[in-house]
Amino acid sequence: MIDAPLLSLAIFLPLVGAAFILVIRNDDEAKAAANARWTALWTSLVVLVVTIAMWVMFDPGTAEFQFVEQAPWIPAYGIQYYLGIDGISLFLIVLAAFLTPVCILCSWEAIQTRVKEYMIAFLVMEALMVGVFSALDFVLFYLFFEAMLIPMFLIIGVWGGPRRIYSAFKFFLYTLVGSVLLLVALLVMYHETGTTSIPELMNAGFGEDMQRWLWLAMFASFAVKVPMWPVHTWLPDAHVEAPTAGSVILAGVLLKMGGYGFIRFSLPMLPEASEFFAPFIFTLSIIAIIYTSLVALVQQDMKKLIAYSSVAHMGFVTIGIFSMNQQGIEGGIYQMLSHGVVSAALFLCVGVIYDRIHTREISHYGGLVNRMPRYAFIFMVFMLASVGLPGTSGFVGEFLVLVGAFQANTWVALLATTGIILGAAYMLWLYRRVVFGEFVHEDLKTIVDCNKRELIYFVPLLIAVIIMGVWPAPFLDVMHVSVEHLVDQVNGGTMLAQSAE
Amino acid sequence: MHELLISDLNAILPELWLALSAMGMLMLGVFTKRNATRLTVWVAVAVFIVAGFLVHLQPGSGSVFDGLVINDTFGDFMKTLVLLGAGLTLILSLGFIRREGMDRFEFPVLIVLATLGMFVMISANDLLSLYVGLEMQSLALYVCAAFQRDNLRSSEAGLKYFVLGAVASGMLLYGCSMVYGFAGTTSFELLAGNLGSGSDLSVGVIVGLVFIAAGLAFKISAVPFHMWTPDVYEGAPTPVTAFFSVAPKIAAMALMMRVLTGPFGGLFDQWQQIVFLLAVASMFLGAVGAIGQSNIKRLMAYSSIGHVGFALVGVAAGTAQGINGVAIYLAIYLVMGVGTWGCILAMRRGGTMVEQISDLAGLSRTNPKLALALAIFMFSMAGIPPLAGFFGKFYVFMAAVNEGLYTLAVVGVLTSVIGAFYYIRIVKIMYFDEPADAFDAPMGREVWPVITLTAAATLLFFVYSGPLLDSATAAASSLLPMPLHSVQTSLLQ
Repeated sequence: MIDAPLLSLAIFLPLVGAAFILVIRNDDEAKAAANARWTALWTSLVVLVVTIAMWVMFDPGTAEFQFVEQAPWIPAYGIQYYLGIDGISLFLIVLAAFLTPVCILCSWEAIQTRVKEYMIAFLVMEALMVGVFSALDFVLFYLFFEAMLIPMFLIIGVWGGPRRIYSAFKFFLYTLVGSVLLLVALLVMYHETGTTSIPELMNAGFGEDMQRWLWLAMFASFAVKVPMWPVHTWLPDAHVEAPTAGSVILAGVLLKMGGYGFIRFSLPMLPEASEFFAPFIFTLSIIAIIYTSLVALVQQDMKKLIAYSSVAHMGFVTIGIFSMNQQGIEGGIYQMLSHGVVSAALFLCVGVIYDRIHTREISHYGGLVNRMPRYAFIFMVFMLASVGLPGTSGFVGEFLVLVGAFQANTWVALLATTGIILGAAYMLWLYRRVVFGEFVHEDLKTIVDCNKRELIYFVPLLIAVIIMGVWPAPFLDVMHVSVEHLVDQVNGGTMLAQSAE
Repeated sequence: MHELLISDLNAILPELWLALSAMGMLMLGVFTKRNATRLTVWVAVAVFIVAGFLVHLQPGSGSVFDGLVINDTFGDFMKTLVLLGAGLTLILSLGFIRREGMDRFEFPVLIVLATLGMFVMISANDLLSLYVGLEMQSLALYVCAAFQRDNLRSSEAGLKYFVLGAVASGMLLYGCSMVYGFAGTTSFELLAGNLGSGSDLSVGVIVGLVFIAAGLAFKISAVPFHMWTPDVYEGAPTPVTAFFSVAPKIAAMALMMRVLTGPFGGLFDQWQQIVFLLAVASMFLGAVGAIGQSNIKRLMAYSSIGHVGFALVGVAAGTAQGINGVAIYLAIYLVMGVGTWGCILAMRRGGTMVEQISDLAGLSRTNPKLALALAIFMFSMAGIPPLAGFFGKFYVFMAAVNEGLYTLAVVGVLTSVIGAFYYIRIVKIMYFDEPADAFDAPMGREVWPVITLTAAATLLFFVYSGPLLDSATAAASSLLPMPLHSVQTSLLQ
C-alpha cells in the first residue's frame, strides 16, 4: 500500500488545475479557451486515475475507514482535517471522478462563453464532491457539502437556459434551508458529545428524544438533496435550465449526497429514530415513485421527464436505505451508482440532440433512428437501463432494493414495483416518440450522428452500465463488509433500546 | 502618589497618544500652506499604527484611576479591531476625498477623535467614563456624517443622526442615573458587587438597566432602535458610512458586552431576555428589510443590522464561549465590511459615484476582479462555507446551542437563509445580467490593496485561523473569567 495521501491529492489536484486555468492569459480568447479545456480535461483524468488507484488498493475485507488522513485543523475546538473512505464512499468518489471528465468533454463545444470560468467551476466542484464523500469530520463535511452551492449556482445561472435565474435561486435557497438545519444538528451533536469526528459520533448513542429532533434536522437537509417528494420541486427547474454538464453532475453526483447523508449520518448515528421514521420515509418514497412517474409521463420537455424519473429512482434508493437490511442498503447504494451513470448518460443523450437542434420539446423530434443509428443504439441502452432491464445496472439495484423492501414491509415492495412498470411506460414512450416514427420537422433531415468526441464519453458509460448489470460482484464485494458493519450498528442500536425498555 | 499617577498614565498611553496626535494633526493641517488632506490622512494612519503598538505594549494592566478605566486583554483585542477598521477605511477614503469635494483636513482628525472616544468606551469601567467615551465618539461621528456641507443628503443624515443620537444618549444617561440612584455607585466593580449579592436589588436598577441597554442598542443599531441606520448610511459620504459600519459598531458592541457581563452580570436572567429579543428582531429585520432595497448603501445598512443580530446571539449566551464567538464574529465582520465598502467606493461611472445595485449589472465582464472580490464578500456575508462569514456564524451559534438556546439558533440560521437571498441577488446582478457600462478606471491605487487583502483573508480564513481564535479566547476569558451566576431575585418572578 502506498502511503501517499491519495484522498487529499484527489481533493487538491482539481483546485490546482483551477488555479492554473485562472492564470491563463486572456490575450487570445480562442486560445485561452482551448487551454482551459485541455487543462481541465487532463486534471480531471489524473484525478480519475488517482481514484481508480484507490479502488485497486482498497481492502474489501474490513469495515474500517481506509486511506485515513488526520491533521489538526481548528485545534481550539478539536475539529480535524480528517479524511477516510469505506466501501460505501469509495464508489461515490469514483463516480464523481468518472463523471467530471465526461462533463468537460460534453461541454467542449457547447460552451463558448466564459470558458475559463466554466472549467474552473467544474474543477472546484469535483474537489468538493470528492471532499464530501471522504470527509470524516462533521464540520469538514458540512464545509464541502454547502460550498458546493456556490459553483452550482454559478453554473446554472451563468450558462443556463432562459429561466436560469429563477432556477438558480430556487436551487440555492431550497438547499440552503435544508443545510442550515443540518448545521444546527451538527452544533447540537457537538455540544452533546464534544467531538465532530464522524466515527466517534457513530458510537455516541444519543437519547431517544434527542435522536428524533436530530433526525428531523438532518432529514430536512438530505431530503432536499435526494430530493424526496414533496421537496423535489427545485430539481426539474434546475435540470431544465442547467447546461447539459450541469444536469449531468447534478443528477449524477449531487443527488447522491442526500442518500449518502442518510447512510453515513442518519442510520448509524440515530438508529432508533431511523427505525421510528422508516414508515414515514417509505410513505414519501412510495408517493415519489408513483406520483413523479405519472408526472413524468405527461412531460413535454425531455430534460424535465428525466428529472422526474430521477426523483422516482431516488425513491427506490431511500426505500432501500431505510429497509435497514443488507440487501436493501446495498441495493440503495447500487441504485445510486447506477442512477449516477444512467441518468447522467440520459442527460448527455438529450444534450447531443439539443446541441444540434436547440430544443428539448419531445414533439419536435421523431425518426432520429434514420439518420442517427449510433445515437439510437446508445440512447436505447441507457433508456433500458433506466427502466431496469436485466443485464443493465438498473436491474441489479432495483432488484436488491425490492428484496430488501420485501423483508421490511411487503406493501412497500408491492407499491414500489408498480413504479417500475410506470417507469417502463414513460421511458419507452419517450424513446418511441423521439427515435422512431417519421421526421416531423425539416431541420431533422440534416441532423448528423454522434461524432468521435461524443462517442469517447458515451462508450465508457455504456461499458459501465453493462458491466454493472452483468457482473455486479466487484462492486458488491467491496461494499459488502462496510454495509454489514452498518447494519450491525443500526441493529445494535435498536436492540439496545429495546432491552432498555 | 506620583508613582501611582505615572503608572496610571502609562496604562492609558494609547488614549493619550491619540489625543495628542489629534491636536498635532489639527495644527499640521492649519499651518501647512498647501492642501494637507492627503498628508493628514497618512499621518492618521501612522498614528493608528503606533497606537496599535502602544495597545500591545502592556497588555492587561488592570483597572487604573481608581477604577475609572480598565485595561485588559479583551479591551486590547477590541481596540485592535477598531484601529484596523479606522485605518483601513481612512485609506479607502483617499480617492473619494480627492474627487468628491471632501478635501478638508478635518476629516482624518475627526476620525482620530472618534477613535479616541471608542478607546475610552472600550476600556470604560465606570458609568461616567462610559458616557464620556460614548459622547466623544458620537459627536465626532455626527460631524462626519454631515461632512459634505453642500450636499443636502449628507446634511440631512448628519442632523438625523444627531437628533436621534441625542435621544439615545439621553436614555442612556437616564438609565445611568437610575442605576446610580438605586445602587449608590457608578463604578462597575462596586456595581457588580452590589448587584451580584442580590441584596440591593430593586425595580429601579432594572429600569436603569433597560434604559442603558436601549441606549447601547441604538449605538449598535439593533432593532427596534435601528430606524436611523438606513437613512444615515445612505446620506453620509460613502467613506464615512464605511467607517460607521465597522469601527463604532465594534466599540459599542464591546462596551455592551462589558456592561452586561460586568456590573450587570448578576442580572443575567433579566438582560438575557432583552438581548434575545434584540437579536431575533435584528436578524429578522436585517434579512427582510434588505430585500426591497435598490440602493446598495441602504442594503448594506440592513445587512449591518442583520450582522448585529447574529453577534448578539453570542451575547445572549452569556458565557465566555459566547463572548469569544462575538469577538471572532466582529473580527470577521470587520474584514468583510471593509472589503465590501471598498468595492462600493470603486463604483464610479462618468466621474460620479453611483449607488444603485443595478449599476453593478454584468460587472463580471467589465471588471472581473472587482466582481470576484464582491462575490466573495457577498457569499461570505450570506454565511456560505468555506468563507469566513460562515465561521463567524458557526461560533456564535455554537455558543447559543451550548447554552440550550435552540430557538435562537434555529431562528438565526433560518433568517440567514432569507438574508442569503439578497446577497446572492447581488452576485446574480454581477454575473448573470447583461453588462452595463464599465466603471471608471482606475479605481484608485489605495482601494485595490485593501480589497485584495480583505478578499484573500475572507477566502482563506478556513485554512489558518488559529491566531485569531486564540486571541479571541484570551479576550473572552479576560472579560468573563468565570461563568455568570444570576442572582435569584424575588422580584419579577
